[in-house]
Amino acid sequence: MITRSVVRREAITIGIALAVSVVAGSLLIVLTGKSPTEVFSLLISGTWGNAYGFGQVLFRATPIILTGLAVALAFKVGLFNIGAEGQMIVGSFATALCGTSLPDGTPAVIAIPLCIAVGMVGGGLLGSIPGLLRAYYGAHEVINTIMLNFIAAALVLWLGNEFFFARATTRTEPIIEGARLSNFDMFPGSNANTSIVLAILLAVAVHLFLTRTRRGYEWRAVGHNPRAAENGGVNVRATIIGAMTASGALAGAVGANFVLGYKHYFENDMGTGVGFMGIAVALLGRNHPAGIIAAALLFGTLSAGGLTLAVSVGVPKDFISVLQAVIILAVAAAAATMYLRQHKKGDQAGDPQKGKPGQQNQPGKGDNADG
Amino acid sequence: MGEFFASLFTIAFVAQTLRITVPYALAALGGVMSERSGVINIALEGILLTGAFTGAVAAYESNQYTLVGYEPNPIAAAVIAGALGGVLIAALYGLVVITFKADQIVAGVAINLLAAGLTRYLLKLLYDSASNSPEIPGFETGIFSNPVFWLVVLLAIAAYVLVWRTRWGLRLRAVGDHPEAAHTLGITVNAVRWQGVLASGALAGVGGAWLALSVRGFVENMSAGRGYIALAAVIMGSWRPQWACAACLLFGLAEAVQIKLQTYSIGVPNELTQMFPYILTMITLAGFIGRSRPPQALGQPYDSD
Repeated sequence: MITRSVVRREAITIGIALAVSVVAGSLLIVLTGKSPTEVFSLLISGTWGNAYGFGQVLFRATPIILTGLAVALAFKVGLFNIGAEGQMIVGSFATALCGTSLPDGTPAVIAIPLCIAVGMVGGGLLGSIPGLLRAYYGAHEVINTIMLNFIAAALVLWLGNEFFFARATTRTEPIIEGARLSNFDMFPGSNANTSIVLAILLAVAVHLFLTRTRRGYEWRAVGHNPRAAENGGVNVRATIIGAMTASGALAGAVGANFVLGYKHYFENDMGTGVGFMGIAVALLGRNHPAGIIAAALLFGTLSAGGLTLAVSVGVPKDFISVLQAVIILAVAAAAATMYLRQHKKGDQAGDPQKGKPGQQNQPGKGDNADG
Repeated sequence: MGEFFASLFTIAFVAQTLRITVPYALAALGGVMSERSGVINIALEGILLTGAFTGAVAAYESNQYTLVGYEPNPIAAAVIAGALGGVLIAALYGLVVITFKADQIVAGVAINLLAAGLTRYLLKLLYDSASNSPEIPGFETGIFSNPVFWLVVLLAIAAYVLVWRTRWGLRLRAVGDHPEAAHTLGITVNAVRWQGVLASGALAGVGGAWLALSVRGFVENMSAGRGYIALAAVIMGSWRPQWACAACLLFGLAEAVQIKLQTYSIGVPNELTQMFPYILTMITLAGFIGRSRPPQALGQPYDSD
């Protein structure tokens, strides 16, 4: 239930978090001996200031919308998917394999949906493993998804080296013409491509599923209180497995951007870090699709601008990954504090959630699993 | 094949196993300290990495200068700096999860991302390299004549005694199991949790310094999931220091075998043998989880008023 006070609380949370991050970012820039205002204004003029830069922002934002959705969907069901990185790798690899093995003249209407679907199946399969382990053994999905990130990277590298990579490279052959997505003419020279439409459609679809369908209601019920949901007749195990699979599938769609829309082949280490950025984006976007898209645009700006900064003023591009971590910490701390404050005040009003500080969005609660 | 199996029954192999086990064991002991107090510690990975970085920087820098006629021992410097670096990043973690009561898993993952990013950022600033530090002095001797190894053994015994045989340990476990009851008895819950988290920072930080000293330098992301594996060892060991260490020995053994498999290349590709420790972690976790009982208040922030 979204009330005005919740909206206000979330707005303040985001405001505090962004303020903390700007301060932390400025400190990092000062370390390099540069001026923060100069670097930040360069960051903005280099991205939102021209058509090419804005195209790059969209290009960078697209995969993060997808991984952000993946993390947020799992969050809503009380699960923490840190495996988007691995699911994204497996999905992109699967997308590329589909794109290279289709016969040459395959029309785009078949080739593009098929390649994306195969990628989503790949990511979904990887996501289902921690889902199964959680549902049947109570093993915490956090450790398992992280382990699978390492395993996925090694597995894809092995499969590629052994069977699929072009000779003496770490990339596949190019995909067929029919599977390629087109770029936008309005952002000349940038890598922005139509996969952003897919990302936005999926965001809307996830939102409608969660808020407008019976299954979505059940999934959210499990996220709120698995035991109560179980008593209400929801199959909690099936929900956990389903949610982790769907989450993996969303991350698996990233190949549409990198493979179908950009490189037209899969390359080892392609898109590294996009899975982890999804965590920051989901948190900052407060797990709401519109919020995720906005947060992804912010992170898209940072990562597109980060590369420019590294080249033009010599601020290491890892600046962006530090900032991303600071944002997660700040959002998590601000959200818990704000929640606690509101519910302490709510005590007199007989708030049913009292005495549960920061329990909202706390995955891993409920059954016997713990890290 | 025969050569491969023969190589497993040598002193060198035992030493190798122990050498690999040390950082796991230190991180796991840190995990026990923190989790026994009720604070989940996914951040172990980031603490290891930070300790490796500060340790490597201290070893390198102390080797460059002479302080008023006294030449600092780079290895001692690395161990101390590793512990300090670990405490620093653990303090940030404590601030976010104990003081601000943020979700511990979310914050832990963020600390790990922070450590990965910050070490690379500073590496670039300090040594203008994106991936590794300059070479640092490392361990010169075999493991059994390495004083740091015996220090670690001592730390492990001390951790066991501290957690199970002292008043402090009793309090630590009390705030992890029944914070309200502990509070009623006059124990300041969050102060004890701070001690647990900072102790975990010091222990895992030394583990990181060991990693850097073993390979004579810092390499980006050199913790390579060891913090998470150590956490799995904590769970396997039922949150008991001695059993967590035993579980680490198992992971150390698995990794040592994996390295031997690579050296003797018996037909398994390297990419696949590298997956071995991670798969082993998943399997053991699934097998052990129902049987080991976590501290009852694990993961729940405590609000005293």
